[in-house]
Amino acid sequence: MKPTDPAITWLEEKPLGLAERLYLPLFIQGLSTTSRHMVSRKVTVNYPESRPVVGNPLIYRGVHRLNRDDAGRVKCVACFLCATACPAHCIDIVATESPWPDREKYPESFSIDELRCIFCGMCEEACPVDAIELTSLLDLTGKSREEMIFDKEKLLSVYDMTKDAEPMKSKTLAAAGMATFGHAPADAAPAGGHH
Amino acid sequence: MPTVIVDGKEIEIGAQERLNCIEAARLAGVEIPHYCWHPGLSVVASCRMCLVETGSRDPATGKVTMVPKLVPGCQTPARDGTVIVTDSQLVKDSRARVEEALLIDHPIDCSICDKAGECLLQDYHFEHGQPERRADINPFHSQRRDVGPTVTLFVDRCIMCTRCVRFTREVSGTSELMVANRGAKEEIDVFPGFPLDNKLSGNVVDLCPVGALGDKDFLYQQRVWFLKREANVCGGCSAGCSIVTEHNQDTVYRLKPRENPHVNKWWICDDGRYGWHHLHDPSRLLAAGRLVSSAAERETVEWPAVVTRIRDDLKSAGRLAVAVSPMLTLEEAWMLCAVARSIDPRAYLAVGHVPTSGTDQSFPGGFTIRAEKCPNRIGVEAIVGLFETDLHRWHNFLDHIRQGQADAAWVTAAYPGSWIDDSTAEPFGKLRSLVVQDLFESPLSRLATWQLPATGFAERTGTWVNVAHRAQTFAAAVRAPAGVWPEGRLLWNMLGRRGLYDPAAVRRQIAESAVSLAVLAGDVPPNGVDLRVNQIASA
Repeated sequence: MKPTDPAITWLEEKPLGLAERLYLPLFIQGLSTTSRHMVSRKVTVNYPESRPVVGNPLIYRGVHRLNRDDAGRVKCVACFLCATACPAHCIDIVATESPWPDREKYPESFSIDELRCIFCGMCEEACPVDAIELTSLLDLTGKSREEMIFDKEKLLSVYDMTKDAEPMKSKTLAAAGMATFGHAPADAAPAGGHH
Repeated sequence: MPTVIVDGKEIEIGAQERLNCIEAARLAGVEIPHYCWHPGLSVVASCRMCLVETGSRDPATGKVTMVPKLVPGCQTPARDGTVIVTDSQLVKDSRARVEEALLIDHPIDCSICDKAGECLLQDYHFEHGQPERRADINPFHSQRRDVGPTVTLFVDRCIMCTRCVRFTREVSGTSELMVANRGAKEEIDVFPGFPLDNKLSGNVVDLCPVGALGDKDFLYQQRVWFLKREANVCGGCSAGCSIVTEHNQDTVYRLKPRENPHVNKWWICDDGRYGWHHLHDPSRLLAAGRLVSSAAERETVEWPAVVTRIRDDLKSAGRLAVAVSPMLTLEEAWMLCAVARSIDPRAYLAVGHVPTSGTDQSFPGGFTIRAEKCPNRIGVEAIVGLFETDLHRWHNFLDHIRQGQADAAWVTAAYPGSWIDDSTAEPFGKLRSLVVQDLFESPLSRLATWQLPATGFAERTGTWVNVAHRAQTFAAAVRAPAGVWPEGRLLWNMLGRRGLYDPAAVRRQIAESAVSLAVLAGDVPPNGVDLRVNQIASA
């Protein structure tokens, strides 16, 4: 867009009023904000001795996990939609024919480069089967770059580790009577697709 | 000129053109959706997606009379005065209803369907369907079965357009596929004991407008939206079929036919379709190796040094003989001949080994798989003919070597399979210097002083001339493996040219040097040019 574009509305800055020209009232206003924060409750914590409290795990975007279905198998169907949505190109999937009769396709390997990830949550949004989720695990460390590429087993183990504290988001939302996009609550009649 | 009126817009069609309403509308820039119609197959008008309103205009009075009901566009010829209406509410409602009917028993498994992204059912539903699904019938469970060694069928995804059935009956002439059962229980199937196993079977996957037929070679490998497409020419045989190489991150994933009415129409054979795997074979030669004198091992030489050292080696050896492989492009062949003559002004130039397999195999649909398994024999013959008065072939070249008339030889190969045996290669052992440029190690390359890697078909840029004298230019789809200089780059540097290898510049130079190839001076159209047209004109 060029500066001469007619769609741009140019505004003139308002001339300074008396209070602004006097300087003192604004000075007091700023100083009062500072002093208010000096006495209010502190937000920072002494990490790692004390850990921050995650407000709402449902919308927090921490380390990824790959969910398991009721039979303990990886829920992912290897549709590549997360890899397609990923703006950082950090998801690498190798799909193959699934060994189970009720599933067509599954990920032979599934890895996320956690160093490359920007934790935008687009993969979670894109997933049609609620297989990939972002947990509220927030401290992610490793000793090498290779260690930070999480493979399928590691992502599944994150699920095993966090499933009790953080149940699958689709189930939590269904229990609360809130249907997520494309997924009916568990008690409702199936609407549309069979997958 | 006959005039057809499409949505109120008048367009002229050729007097001899026999078009249906879909083709006529396409000329006017209007796309009529269709599943079962394909320009290469017979018309069945069974999918009902192309229903349009038609009528005719009286040439004398100009009065338009419409047909009272919708007719299939694929089956209705466009004549002078034909009126086609594709944007009325009646037509739109009809398309939405067809889409709805198809989706009643079509699984919504796009996320795991390989066709997603290039599926007509998706595209047409997006464009013409309705957002709500009124019938709540659960589609029957996914069934998958193999119909042949290369093709697998997802039964519930089929919309019964029968393109595949008609293909096997009309084009391949093998009739393996059939429609079993009737009505809602209709299914595509093969007869027991007669699988879909012919040289053209892969085309049914391209024909399938939905994800019912899957290519086992490509199944689950990539989602189609990751693939980049480059117009290429198949190097599998001398037919030179126009193809599209689909690749991602320098890895080829599949080849698809590219429509070319002069060469392959809409089809390619399975040999060509799956004939790219050698490109990613781990046993490929990847570095230029020179025999260390008085030892049986090779040192790896950096490419800039290769450029000068090969020239020195061949020059000091004496009389040079060069075999120009029919896998090379016109440009590479020309540069190779020029390099050879610059090293030895009396260098013996011959057309390289022409691999053949069986005899030409023709199909009822007019498709022919050639026995000659190289893409550019005619082109290389033309180039060698520019430098030599007598055309030498591979057997002449072998005689030349056997009789000791050469001291050094440069053999270009780049064949995807094994091509030479020990006894044929044996006389080359007496040469003082031997350069062999090939994709894989062979009995010949083991004897070589210089072992150079070659490039495969999708890694080349240039021009090939097929068996019907049609020249087609193409650009490389993928880069050669790391560390490999393609033939063109090496020869360009050996000629002392500056900058990057520019095939178009070489092509212009070839065109200037020979009247028979003069047509290559300009840009070659996507469908190629027939070199004979020019030869007849110049005769």
